[in-house]
Formats: sequence, structure tokens, C-alpha cells
Amino acid sequence: MNWIRKNIIMIVGMLVLFYMFIPVFVVIALSFNEPKSRLTYTFDKFTLDNWLHPCSGAEAMCPSVMVSLKIGLLSTIGATILGTLMAYALMRYRFRGKGVANLLLFLPMASPEVVMGSSLLTLFVSASFPLGFWTILIAHIMFCLSFVVVTVKARLAGMDPRLEQAAMDLYANEWQTFRRITLPLLAPGIASAALLSFSLSFDDFIVTNFNSGSTVTFPMFVWGSAQRGIPPQVNVIGAGVFLIALAIVVIGQIVGARKRKALAA
Amino acid sequence: MDQIGGDLRLVSLRKEFGDFVAVDDIDILIPKGSFFALLGPSGCGKTTTLRMVAGLELPTAGQILIGDHDIAPLKPYNRPVNTVFQSYALFPHLDIYENVAFGLRRRGIKDVSAQVDAMLSLVELDAFARRKPSQLSGGQQQRVALARALINRPEVLLLDEPLGALDLKLRRQMQLELKRIQTEVGITFVHVTHDQEEAMTMADTIAVMNQGKVEQLGSPMDLYENPRTTFVANFLGQSNLLTGEVVERGDFVGVKVWGNQIKIPASRVATSNSKVWVGVRPEKIYISAESNHAHDHLGNQLVGTVLERSYIGVSTQFIVEIPGFLDDEKIIVFEQNVDASEVMAGDRVRISWDPAHTFALDAKQDAYAGDVLAETE
Repeated sequence: MNWIRKNIIMIVGMLVLFYMFIPVFVVIALSFNEPKSRLTYTFDKFTLDNWLHPCSGAEAMCPSVMVSLKIGLLSTIGATILGTLMAYALMRYRFRGKGVANLLLFLPMASPEVVMGSSLLTLFVSASFPLGFWTILIAHIMFCLSFVVVTVKARLAGMDPRLEQAAMDLYANEWQTFRRITLPLLAPGIASAALLSFSLSFDDFIVTNFNSGSTVTFPMFVWGSAQRGIPPQVNVIGAGVFLIALAIVVIGQIVGARKRKALAA
Repeated sequence: MDQIGGDLRLVSLRKEFGDFVAVDDIDILIPKGSFFALLGPSGCGKTTTLRMVAGLELPTAGQILIGDHDIAPLKPYNRPVNTVFQSYALFPHLDIYENVAFGLRRRGIKDVSAQVDAMLSLVELDAFARRKPSQLSGGQQQRVALARALINRPEVLLLDEPLGALDLKLRRQMQLELKRIQTEVGITFVHVTHDQEEAMTMADTIAVMNQGKVEQLGSPMDLYENPRTTFVANFLGQSNLLTGEVVERGDFVGVKVWGNQIKIPASRVATSNSKVWVGVRPEKIYISAESNHAHDHLGNQLVGTVLERSYIGVSTQFIVEIPGFLDDEKIIVFEQNVDASEVMAGDRVRISWDPAHTFALDAKQDAYAGDVLAETE
């Protein structure tokens, strides 16, 4: 009894974590499955084939992954650059409409994706803009932007403006100050904003579905094939993405711990 | 940039923030190579003045001249001026070496190592070149901030409360250190502080600021011995201020203080008004038993009763009540503890001081100006 009382928080925490990760474990397990038929979700036979040849057997999947990666990377780059500059302007300059801009930035985060997706569709159709890769990209940059601005702004808020003043005092012009002082100090914030953007873009389905035309992204492919039975290779992609994300987090933790250790020494 | 040089002059310099006038048309001349202090309570406009010289704040009106060159419209990075910031503002992602080299590199100087090494040894931080700022103590960070500014050999070095974050002992040590470095490099130092002792220890000239204006400008001794306003009299040290009325003018001005005649040299009377505050510093007064006439030759004398006597170590502090004076006009006297004092609480005493240590200020001024602020800061 005593042991349980002492460790109850730990036990509950582990159970919650376990609950959160069950779907991931299932995906990883199924990535090694060789199903007897397309419609079964039982584990029939262990195989490495899915990992060795992810693109064979599900012909449309790999191109859709490529589309998602491309859109993910481009929207990450676009949203991160735009969002960082916006955050900088909102924190360091005074201008008309600043309050409104701050408010409007929260809107895409607060409004339901269905609303955003359908209104974007209306916009694109009424402007007779052809739906496809570019409309998806524009939509993704749009909803990633708010998250980037919020993340980078938080980092900027914790940064002493006197550092930039000191740089200017030491003969650095505006660009050099940004390049040498502001940017390096913002880098952790910008990096986490970029990671966030990429994962938001990579797994978005609702907004994408409205604005994709005939382009198929990976989440759309999964959705489409779910009705006919999901090929096991999808689980390979899912497991792969999870492992990459895990690796990034672990590396980040190790680097952070090393830095703290070096500072403490 | 290099051709700009000479005295620093602020001409009718003014800064408004909305309706608030932070700096109110000040005129100051700071000779090249001097150690100058802007002294005042927080919110008096001293830091705003400094930031305008640095270029971090744009003046509403007025000029900032170095020699004949108005630097007021220039960007901070185009001025031959460097700043030691309050809390130092060292770049946390760069090591000490790169922090110190920052200014040289921005000006396109390729080979910085000789200068950086020399500067690091001037502030005795050679061994710390590759450390990050967060690995240094407060005093060491302070010296890095100084080295980072000085390495650029500016015409004017601005110091914004540079010792505020250090403990008392270290602060004393750095005061002497700063003075030594200033003498060594011969650069004009403009030092902003609210600590009157710090200003007096280091500066050749002090401008006492209050509510955006310069109250008085002069050498530390000048300001202390001959304050021209009640604010200066109270903000720098302590003063006894007594209600008086001028009854006689000449080389010496005669003032009646509640029926007692006090003499003051005419040069030490800061007003033509006949209602005055008669001022004298507590440590200029001799206190003795009423029957003791040893100090009669000094000239100014009052007789009263000791209300309180407290032993402070280096001195003994008396509060003396003079009959006929207002309730809050009790006179404070500091007596150096050379011999055991003959005076105890409750004794009748004779207090005497030299007319040359007396000053008179305009009675329209608030007798407590600068007093409360000096205590809370």
C-alpha cells in the first residue's frame, strides 16, 4: 500500500503516456505485417518487405509522400521567414494597426479548419485560381504563419532589447545587428517554429482537402485508401515520421543538456 | 568619424515623451578628457540625456556637439561614442574575446588580436577570453562591458549606472578602478548615477539633475560646500535649513534666525530674496557645554538643548533643539569621535560654526526637496 501511495503519480503518468502511445505502437507493429487480405487489420505474418520496398505494392503512395514533403518544406520555409519578420516588426517597431495585426494573427489558430478551408476555396474559385499544388502551399503557409509569429514573438519577448542597442552602439548597422545578434539569439525559437510548421503542414487534411484540386498529399492518400483497406506501407511512412520526430527531440535534449553542462562547468 | 573630436556640448537639449518633458532645455559643456557625472534621482532625465548622446533616443530639440560637429542626427553606429550599459548587455552567445572584438570587427578591422589582448589585460581578464558571459561574476562582466566599449577609443564613453548591480565592497573597488582607467586612457567619461557618493568619488565635475533640469553644475567640493538650491543641499549629504530673514547686506550678509543674528559671506547667498533658508552642514558645527566658550571666535552661535545623542562609530550624532525655533527646525550636529564627548542628552549646549561654512538659499524653495529621494534610493 505504502509503495503505491508513494508512486501513484508516477504510475498514473505512465498509464497516460501508454494510452497516448498505443496508436503509435500499433502503427509500428503493423508496419511489419504481411496481411492475408487488404481488408484485415490483424497481424498475420512478420515481414521486413514493407520497410525494404515501401514504394512497391501501393503505387500512388510514394508520389503523395513526395508531394507532402515538398509542400511541408516549402511552406515551412515560407512561413518561417515571413513569420519571423512579422514577429520582429510587431515586437520592435511602433506602427499604425499594430494592435489589429496582433489580434488578426490569432484568428487562423482560433477558427475551425473547416471554415478556413471552405472560405479559401471560395476565394480561389471566385478568383478562378486553378486548384492544386500552389493553392495547397498558399493555404499551408497561411495557417502555419500564426504559429511561427507566436513562437518567435515569445522568444523575442524574453530577449533584452539593450543587446540590440549595444550592438548598434558598437558600430553594427541595422542589418548587421539583426544578422549578428538578433538572429543567433532567436535561433532556438525559429527552429521550433519551423518544426511546428512542418508537422502542421505534413499532417493537415481538412484545409488541404478543400483546396487540393487533383493533387494528392499523403494524408489524402491515407484517407482515400482507408475505404479500400490501408496498405501496410502506410504504416512504414507513419512509423518513419514518428522515429524521425523522436530522433530530433532526443538530439535536441542531448545538445541542450551538454550546453547547460558546459555552462555549469 | 575620426575627424570628430573635442569637447562635448549639449545645447538647449530637450526630450518629450508625449506630454511628459523628460529633459528640459539643458545646456552643459563637458571638456574633452574630463570625468563628468550626471547625478540625480530616478526619473530626473539623466539616463534620457545619456541615451540621446548615445543615439538611442532622438532629441525633440537641441544639439549635441562634439567639437563643432552636431551628432544629434547621426545613427548610433555613426557616432564616436560608446556606452557601458546598466546590467552590461553583453552578447550571451559570443565569448568574452568576441564580445570585446565586436566593435573593431564591425568597423572592418581584420587583425584584432593585439588590441583585444591588450584590452583584456587592461581589465585583468586575459584568462577568461574563451568563457561565455554567463560564466563570469558580476564584477568580471562589468569589466568586459568596459573593455568592449573602450577598445574602440571613443571620443566619449557613456556609463549608465555601471556599478549599480555590484555589492558595496566591489563597487568601491570599481570606482577607483574606473578612475584609474579614465586617467590612463584620457577619454571623456560621462557617468550617470543616482549615488551621490559614487559621483563625488570619481567625477571632476558633477551636474545635479532634477525634473529634467540641471539644478547646479560644479566640482564635487563646490556642490557640497556651496549648494545653490535646497535640492542640491539635501541630495548631496545632509543639511540643516533654518528659516531666516536678511536684515543687513554687505560683504557679510546678516540674517535673523528666530531672533539670533547669523553672518553669511555675500558670495554664499544664492538669492536676492530677503526670506531665506540658512544652511549649514552637520559636521561643520562644534558642540560644547553652554559654559564652554572655546569656539566663540568662529562667529555664528546658537544655544539649545540636546534632544538626542546617538553614537555611530566614526562620529556621534546630536539633535539639538533651539528655543523659539519651529518644531521641525531641530539642528543635527556630527561630532568626530576624537575625544570622549562632554555633552549628554538633555544638556544645555552651545553650538558654533564659521560663517564661511554657512549658505543661504531662496526660501521659496521646498526645504525638503531631494531629501526623501536621497533616503529611498
